[in-house]
Amino acid sequence: MADYSGEPIIRVRGLVTRFGVDIIHDGLDLDVFRGEVLGVVGASGSGKSVLLRTIIGLNRPIAGRIEILGKEILTNGDMDRREIEQRWGVLFQNGALFSSLTVAQNIEVPLKEYFAMPPRLMDEIAAFKIGIVGLPEGTGEKYPAQLSGGMRKRSGLARALALDPEIVFLDEPTAGLDPIAAGDFDALIRDLRSSLGLTVFMVTHDLDTLFAICDRVAILVDKKIRVGSLEEMLQDDHPWIQSYFHGPRGRAALLSEAEHLAISGTAVISCA
Amino acid sequence: MAPVAATLVASQAPGSLVLSAAGEWLVTTAADLDQELRALRMPTGTRVTLDLSGIDRLDTTGAWLLLRTEHDLMDRGNAVEMRNLRPNFEPLIEQLRAAGKITPVRHPRPAHHTIAGFIGRIGEISLGLFARAYSILGFFGIASATALRLILHPRRLRMTAVVAQMEQTGVNALPIVGLLTFLIGVVIAFQGADYLRPYGLENYTVPLTGASIFRELGVLLTAIILAGRSGSAFTAQIGTMRVNEEIDAMLTIGLDPVEVLVLPRLFALLVTLPMLALCANFMGIFGGGLMAWAELGIGIPEFLKQLSTIAPWSFWIGMIKSPFFAIIIALIGCYEGFQVTGSAESVGRLTTLSVVEAIFLVIVTDAGFSIFFSALEI
Repeated sequence: MADYSGEPIIRVRGLVTRFGVDIIHDGLDLDVFRGEVLGVVGASGSGKSVLLRTIIGLNRPIAGRIEILGKEILTNGDMDRREIEQRWGVLFQNGALFSSLTVAQNIEVPLKEYFAMPPRLMDEIAAFKIGIVGLPEGTGEKYPAQLSGGMRKRSGLARALALDPEIVFLDEPTAGLDPIAAGDFDALIRDLRSSLGLTVFMVTHDLDTLFAICDRVAILVDKKIRVGSLEEMLQDDHPWIQSYFHGPRGRAALLSEAEHLAISGTAVISCA
Repeated sequence: MAPVAATLVASQAPGSLVLSAAGEWLVTTAADLDQELRALRMPTGTRVTLDLSGIDRLDTTGAWLLLRTEHDLMDRGNAVEMRNLRPNFEPLIEQLRAAGKITPVRHPRPAHHTIAGFIGRIGEISLGLFARAYSILGFFGIASATALRLILHPRRLRMTAVVAQMEQTGVNALPIVGLLTFLIGVVIAFQGADYLRPYGLENYTVPLTGASIFRELGVLLTAIILAGRSGSAFTAQIGTMRVNEEIDAMLTIGLDPVEVLVLPRLFALLVTLPMLALCANFMGIFGGGLMAWAELGIGIPEFLKQLSTIAPWSFWIGMIKSPFFAIIIALIGCYEGFQVTGSAESVGRLTTLSVVEAIFLVIVTDAGFSIFFSALEI
């Protein structure tokens, strides 16, 4: 589904980020292609979230170039940035919903900002976005404080999808969810990817998610990044990567993935 | 962005109506499409074909508009058929269909837009005030009971916390309290001398300054500054702890939040507020004296002599009030902190409320003391 021959949709070159004296990324290169789901993994503190925040422009690197949708985002002016911002959606770790607004109003914020839409249409859009992310009807009237963690994440995703973006950035979308909810979330991302042709840039700790939906895996080791298909990364002989995939949890996820493939006929039906 | 490039054209075919959709059915064109679709005159009881062959680009919003149109047509008893949709858009439609029937989100509307609603709202607020007063009184009770228990078992008092709070609420507040009361002393002496001079009463400037600072302003200003500075901090600290579920964690470990959080703050303020009031008095008198010397040429011995003409009780009347103010500020600050629920927004709201309430109660109490002391004729 992903097109690896064309221009990358996100292109990072020679990225250097630093906090004080700590160098987080040192000359990092990364390409993300249209239509792929890229999972970014790494040890705690290896700079996964920092990489995401840097790409979406919340953190300024010391050096390097970042191109999104063919536009250099570090040097371009505000107008270009606004145009790009319309074409991406970001889901923060805890949803980052505006606490003074209802879920529906949260989803309508980007719509209001960019389009002159009649209120009724916005309410309809908010309602079907809530439906798409699998939230029950009536969630739209609730305030974020009234929702559970999983519902907040789904609401955050609904807001990220409000403008039908081309790229979605997800920061640990399944962290803190129960395995069933996490599995549902994986299925949701997979469905959205196949129907909307989304490009997904996902920071995750979750091995199951990685095996279930990611086309390629990017692993942050030694302040650089190694990218490849899951099979390639499994062969990588870097000690951290080895222990990551071949530790007890990695093996369990691999095993369940093998089972999943064996019964994939039924799996597809249960996802549909 | 591209110009509006989405269209819907209606044409008659034998026995049916054909609606041909074309162009980019995207969120960017949705506002115009929505207008167009709502203006569409829907037939009833015929066959309608939605010809979607012309759609070049489609996103969820465009797909929703198509589905909504289909739905509206079906509601009018038409037989609807979608035709010629590009295969790569099929999953999009399917996914939206799977999300189920959609009713637009309703927004909670405030009820007080009618007269009855307005009156109801007044009643609601009044009842809320009583409930609040009741609840605050209850909290004072809990705090007093816990304080009594702690006095019987003084070892349970967390001295480290008390000292830390004393530093934050006392030592750190000293510069601002001192500066403000110094300036107030200067202002009162200056204005007093100005107004009293035409009547030849400028010798009363020093007693006027002394009495107003000792009796009222020194302690009142200190209390108001501490309500803004420390009361708000108490609410924000305890409120944030509630949002982080730290209070719940304390309860499960068997710690009493009142004992751990409220009493150290209360005891700290009970010590620091009178001490700050003392400093405030001194600085106010110092400012007044400086001005009396500059404006009226009154030297130190003369100043002290004039100061001693004010009633000896004046100083103690001010100081007696200070522990009461301390109790009000500490307990209101902590009480509002415990009222925080869930969101970060409520921390901000309740912090504001705590400062307003504390200042209000401090001034009401001060007025009460005025009446009390005048009844005692001192």
